[in-house]
Amino acid sequence: MRFAFTEDQLALRDAVRDLLARECPPAAVRAAWDEPAGRVPGLWSRLAEMGVVGALASEGHGGMGFSALDLVLLLEESGRAVAPEPLVGVAAVAIPLLEEIGGDLAAEWLPAITSGEAIVAVGLDGASRERSTADGMLVEDADAAALLLLAAGDEVHAVLRTDLDVVPQRSVDGSRRVAHLDWAPTPATRVAGGARGRALADAAFDRGAFGTAAVLVGLGAAMLEQAVEYAKEREQFGRPIGSFQAVKHHLANAALRLEYARPIVHRAAHTLARGGERARDASMAKAYASEAAHGAARSSLQVHGAIGYTVEHDLHLFLKRTWALEAAWGDAPQHRERVARRVLDGPPEAADWNP
Amino acid sequence: MDLTFDDAEQAFRAEARRWLEANVPGPLPSGDTAEGFAAHLEWERRLFADRWAVVSWPEEYGGRGASLWEWLVFEEEYWRAGAPSRVNQNGIFLLAPTLFEFGTDEQKARFLPRIAAAVDLFCQGWSEPNAGSDLAGIQSRAVRDDAGGGWRLRGQKTWTTRGAFCNWLFGLFRSDPEAERHRGLTYFLVPLDADGVTVRPVGRLDGDDGFAEVFFEDVLVPDDLVLGEVHQGWRVAMATTSSERGLSLRSPGRFMATATRLVDLYRTRGADADPGLREAVVRAWMDADAYRLHTFGVVTRMLAGESLGAESSFMKLFWSELDVATHEAALGLLGREGELDAGGWMKGYQFSLAGPIYAGTNEIQRNVVAERVLGLPRG
Repeated sequence: MRFAFTEDQLALRDAVRDLLARECPPAAVRAAWDEPAGRVPGLWSRLAEMGVVGALASEGHGGMGFSALDLVLLLEESGRAVAPEPLVGVAAVAIPLLEEIGGDLAAEWLPAITSGEAIVAVGLDGASRERSTADGMLVEDADAAALLLLAAGDEVHAVLRTDLDVVPQRSVDGSRRVAHLDWAPTPATRVAGGARGRALADAAFDRGAFGTAAVLVGLGAAMLEQAVEYAKEREQFGRPIGSFQAVKHHLANAALRLEYARPIVHRAAHTLARGGERARDASMAKAYASEAAHGAARSSLQVHGAIGYTVEHDLHLFLKRTWALEAAWGDAPQHRERVARRVLDGPPEAADWNP
Repeated sequence: MDLTFDDAEQAFRAEARRWLEANVPGPLPSGDTAEGFAAHLEWERRLFADRWAVVSWPEEYGGRGASLWEWLVFEEEYWRAGAPSRVNQNGIFLLAPTLFEFGTDEQKARFLPRIAAAVDLFCQGWSEPNAGSDLAGIQSRAVRDDAGGGWRLRGQKTWTTRGAFCNWLFGLFRSDPEAERHRGLTYFLVPLDADGVTVRPVGRLDGDDGFAEVFFEDVLVPDDLVLGEVHQGWRVAMATTSSERGLSLRSPGRFMATATRLVDLYRTRGADADPGLREAVVRAWMDADAYRLHTFGVVTRMLAGESLGAESSFMKLFWSELDVATHEAALGLLGREGELDAGGWMKGYQFSLAGPIYAGTNEIQRNVVAERVLGLPRG
């Protein structure tokens, strides 16, 4: 038993934190709102060079051959910097899905994806009970993707961007590029079906929930830190507002939720890497991270007061990303119900840690 | 990262489970009543006889020298088996860690084996009528008595859990009348049969005589019953509060066992439960799991040499609120049978409500998190 990251994992986290502090400050995120792609120019190729994009791809496909345990802290960092890059969709979901599909499709696409040249988007329908929480095909970065991996019922399809139409939608977060698809499955694009197709799509859903949870933990930590710094500096009634108990308790509550969400998210990474109750653990991660980030957003805005309610302050960049992501890949109530189906409705041993 | 117990730890688990299955008695009357306390002592002595009373202590004091991981495993098994609550837990989990850290060799040799064997039964003498959350405001005095070779204690302690049944008290007394607040306090071990001690039981919310007021009228306590240095009692006591708030008093095992019982109740009662109750039940189970995982992280850091500081306030907040919520979910499932204490859930609920109050109220814990973890200015 050892619930900690390795020196290497922490060093890579620090390197990514440094990169994002340099190349993705809030001003860059703000500028990304006005970019057609909603991204920070050049950042994706820097992340690809560092091996972050291709972390989970096999070395044969140009990746690092890492596991979710190596990736989870990097996703947290991307949340902390509110980086507008498609790391969850590409690095956490699409790449492992392509590795599992394997064959020519993986060989053809993975090298270009891991090198940062091509973006791949993922869309899951809600046809399966396991994914009744899926996103209704509101697909992230569909327009910029060269390839889309789409689940419809038990089937998984690989569709070229040029073979379908996207209908862009406006997100509350001005850096997010989400779209509905004008698409119907055909046998020509089908890469898996039946039990295998369902298993692939369910695994993709779990990875998306896990990856988004990690980003939300980073967002929550960043919003809490900003509120703490502000509460130390801002004075009213002749003293820092952080000396008032009402303010302290808001921030302590936010810190408490994050403190207990983090190990749940890290355990989900362990389960993805080493095996275990994948669906249960990914769902717990998303449920806890969504609530913790939501609470941190709420407390942070309240502590910032009116200055936080302006778009001149950077806080709104974090708030809006949080609101979008807490519902993406299934919201907290949906994921709790997914846990309940296993723990409450499953065999009695499901609720016993050491049967 | 490795979130599995190794073969040796699992063998330890199997051994503990076998012993507990063969030895755990049926339900005992509450340990916070005179009758129940006696029954619990019998159980404590059976634990001690087979060296399960203090598994993490060195063998010379009656333990097994178990690692922190093995201790967590034992606790999981202990509560899973439905074993009785530990009536001498204050001695084992609160005083003993302080004795190990601050006690003289003589004190350790004298007290630790007798605590393990449930012969010396300690209650905690901290709170006073005017010093609850504001512990540094204690007024009970220790006056130097050179002729008597010790100190004379005067004053009153209150809300002393199991004070009516214990034979020893550990407590803080103001030894330097010139010093203020947390300075000038001394940590004493006091035999409750000493001349000048009066113990008055006080009925508790849950119906047991679990509380006591303890009065001290010039009670002579010899120098060898001072724990740590004279006037340094605050520092000594703070080592114990970390134990109380965090790891040692509230291991994850007990909340895991309660959550499992709640899920069992839901399986038999929950078919018609409203969705809000279903959510409350699954939240309780998940929170028990979260507490377990968080503790694994804490233990990993402790074994790497880090000390458990203000982080213990997170733990105290989390387990105490989890415990209340778990019992509320059960009472929701029971409906009117809750009033009749079906399954002991109402009694358990009343006990859980003490959690956010004792060991530093949760309001104080939130201040500690804000000031010592987040670095906000003191109010």
